[in-house]
Amino acid sequence: MSNSAGTPREITRRQMLRRIGLTALFAGPAASVLSACATSGAGEPAPSATASGAATSAANPFGVKADAALEVVIFKGGLGDSYATDVHEPMYKKEFPKASVKHVATQQIAQTLQPRFASGDVPDFIANSGTDLMDMGALQSEGQLLDLTPLFDAPSPDDPSKTVKDTLIPGTVESGQVAGKPYILNYVASTYGLWYNAKLFQEKGWTPPKTFDEFKTLCETIKKAGITPYAYAGKNAAYYQYWMILITAAKVEGNQVLMDIDNLVDGVWNRDSVKQSAAAWAEIGKFMDKSYEGLIHTEVQTRQNQDKVALYPSGSWLENEQKSNTPDTFEYALTPTPSLTSADKMPFEAVRSAAGEPYIIPSKGKNTAGALEYARIMLSKEGAKGFTEKSGSLTVVVGAADGLSLSPGLKSVNDAVKAAGSNNVTYSSFENWYKELETELRKQTNSLMFGRISAEEFCANMQKKADSVKADSSITKQNRTV
Amino acid sequence: MRRGDVGPAGGLLSAKMRTYGFIVSFLAIPLALYVVFVISPYIQAFYISLTNWKGISANPRYIGFENFGRLLDDEVFWAAVRHHGLLLLAMPLITIAIALFFSFLLNLGGGTGGGRLTGVWGARFYRVVYFFPQVLAVAVVGVLFQAIYRPDGTGVLNGLLAAVGLGPVGWLTDTGLALWAIMAVVVWQSVGFYVVLFSAGMSAIPRDVFEAAALDGAGRFRLFFSITLPLIWDTIQVGWVYLGIAAFDCFALVQVLSVDRGGPDNATTVLPLEIWRTAFTFSKFGYASAMGVALFFLTITFAALSLRVTRRERIEF
Repeated sequence: MSNSAGTPREITRRQMLRRIGLTALFAGPAASVLSACATSGAGEPAPSATASGAATSAANPFGVKADAALEVVIFKGGLGDSYATDVHEPMYKKEFPKASVKHVATQQIAQTLQPRFASGDVPDFIANSGTDLMDMGALQSEGQLLDLTPLFDAPSPDDPSKTVKDTLIPGTVESGQVAGKPYILNYVASTYGLWYNAKLFQEKGWTPPKTFDEFKTLCETIKKAGITPYAYAGKNAAYYQYWMILITAAKVEGNQVLMDIDNLVDGVWNRDSVKQSAAAWAEIGKFMDKSYEGLIHTEVQTRQNQDKVALYPSGSWLENEQKSNTPDTFEYALTPTPSLTSADKMPFEAVRSAAGEPYIIPSKGKNTAGALEYARIMLSKEGAKGFTEKSGSLTVVVGAADGLSLSPGLKSVNDAVKAAGSNNVTYSSFENWYKELETELRKQTNSLMFGRISAEEFCANMQKKADSVKADSSITKQNRTV
Repeated sequence: MRRGDVGPAGGLLSAKMRTYGFIVSFLAIPLALYVVFVISPYIQAFYISLTNWKGISANPRYIGFENFGRLLDDEVFWAAVRHHGLLLLAMPLITIAIALFFSFLLNLGGGTGGGRLTGVWGARFYRVVYFFPQVLAVAVVGVLFQAIYRPDGTGVLNGLLAAVGLGPVGWLTDTGLALWAIMAVVVWQSVGFYVVLFSAGMSAIPRDVFEAAALDGAGRFRLFFSITLPLIWDTIQVGWVYLGIAAFDCFALVQVLSVDRGGPDNATTVLPLEIWRTAFTFSKFGYASAMGVALFFLTITFAALSLRVTRRERIEF
């Protein structure tokens, strides 16, 4: 990814990249520059939110001072930054005509902002995304993030009788929790599953599999047609595959297994649900060509566009990401991961829909009240609709996209979410909380899927790493209950 | 006024002062830059390695040698150290062998032409060609070899193999092959520089030494092993140290080429990559600095050892 990253189209994978914290090549030398900051200045005392205080009211719940400047830093990746410059910032200016809004667009959040955090001169609002995002667990444990509880408890701009939280898809607030409090606003709604070319499947008379038995039979059929039945990119996107393994485990046992993985519960990786899921996916892995371990996601996605790969695991950003490569003969459609056993706790229709794309407010910013108001503007229907129009991605604001015409892929996402109803596979927080566990999971996923280890070894290796993370006192432990 | 300038009072300065002032004025800036950008980060890294710094707060906590104790049972760290060991043994040996072979051919391999020893035909052209890879930035080389090593039929090497009916080879996906494939890139890129270096060494050897040996009936092998090699030993030694230090890096190529950065299954990981990952992905700057300090001592030890071991009596000519 960052070995090839940098082109805006590729950064459309921000939904995942936010979790990984990959840094660009020159991050190495930058270490010494940063360390220079570490042992020098202690940072200036930061003004608190109340320091900027004007009186609070229903229309101005955070007490924003009308003439206080606001600095907004936007990650300019696949979403672009026009949603900020053309939609949200003008809305803020309209509300506070006397305030000046400073807009900063960057592709390298960490390189731009880490020195500023170290010196205490922080911006007010940050889209912390891309390959070079900052580690939010570390920021929180250093007291650099503002608790967003007031934002979610504030009245909604569209309906003062509701709180902002009530207008969002369930789980949004929880997905941004660190140490039990919401510090992160995850703004974009993403749905995960297996993608295929609806036109190809129709032409060949194939139907997306509902069970793993059907999946294997279909893979045999597709293989005979000279197409690789299933593939993911081992070189840089092993996490696309581990999502699928985790989703299947959750379908077997219920969301509890994913929460237990996040909470580092003893022996969770050795549970039957994880083992069965790993074994089932390893069987599918046998249909993959070994060469896919050495390819990057765009290479595999392009092969799918050329109908050389039938099914590909990814999220709802895929259609937008591949827009320029998709021929007319290709129409994206999403299907949920197949059911594994007849005793599965969740039905086939269950999908993972999760809030992603983190936005944060530094606690030591000069205008934290303004930043909270900016976030509330983003979460208004008008702000969210403008975002979807400019970026082509759905937001966590319920019903904000009503009336917009959706592309075939987004429509199939919408249908899948509707069919799933309340059967939502929960998100995984360990990807943000415990990067070492996440790195190990990628490694073991490649080993499993490309046939170097068995499902038992996969589980044992992951349990070993989870145990070592749990025992490592230098890693701040997190906990989730929902 | 700069020190060493001869101003109105210049005549009062002693000649000695003027000389030293002149030298100091030339050394001061590079020395200051070196101290600020090399020595001071090193010292800070030593300090940070004794803390639990996470890269954000201004006040890291001192934790003594805990990070170093942790290194002892970090299997990824040891995998990286093993890879450096392998790189250290194989990479300089292969590079120097190839570079010596080429430079010998370029300078003396052509036999006697008009009573004089010359290089093979077109030697000048080859010398330039060999140097090309050295001019390319390492990132460019990485991207180039992504295409060369691509694991399916669209890769350059696998395309050639497919043309003769052989199955695709997972150059970078086979755990046993991946590190060698990356080493081959390093060798490919460095050979040109050492060809030039050794050529310079060889051209410094008086021709009559070779001609006398040739008159006495020495063949090319004898010329190479009994005359050339001992006479350019100093140059080879320098090359060895350079290459050895390069073997402790390889960050960029591994980062760009390897599966999952250092994979598959840690098969290609190197210390600089792990330092980078530990600092910027795991946010453990203290632990990463401890790895950096370990790398520092490995490099210093290698350089000191290799200079000592390869020391020979210098042959004057």
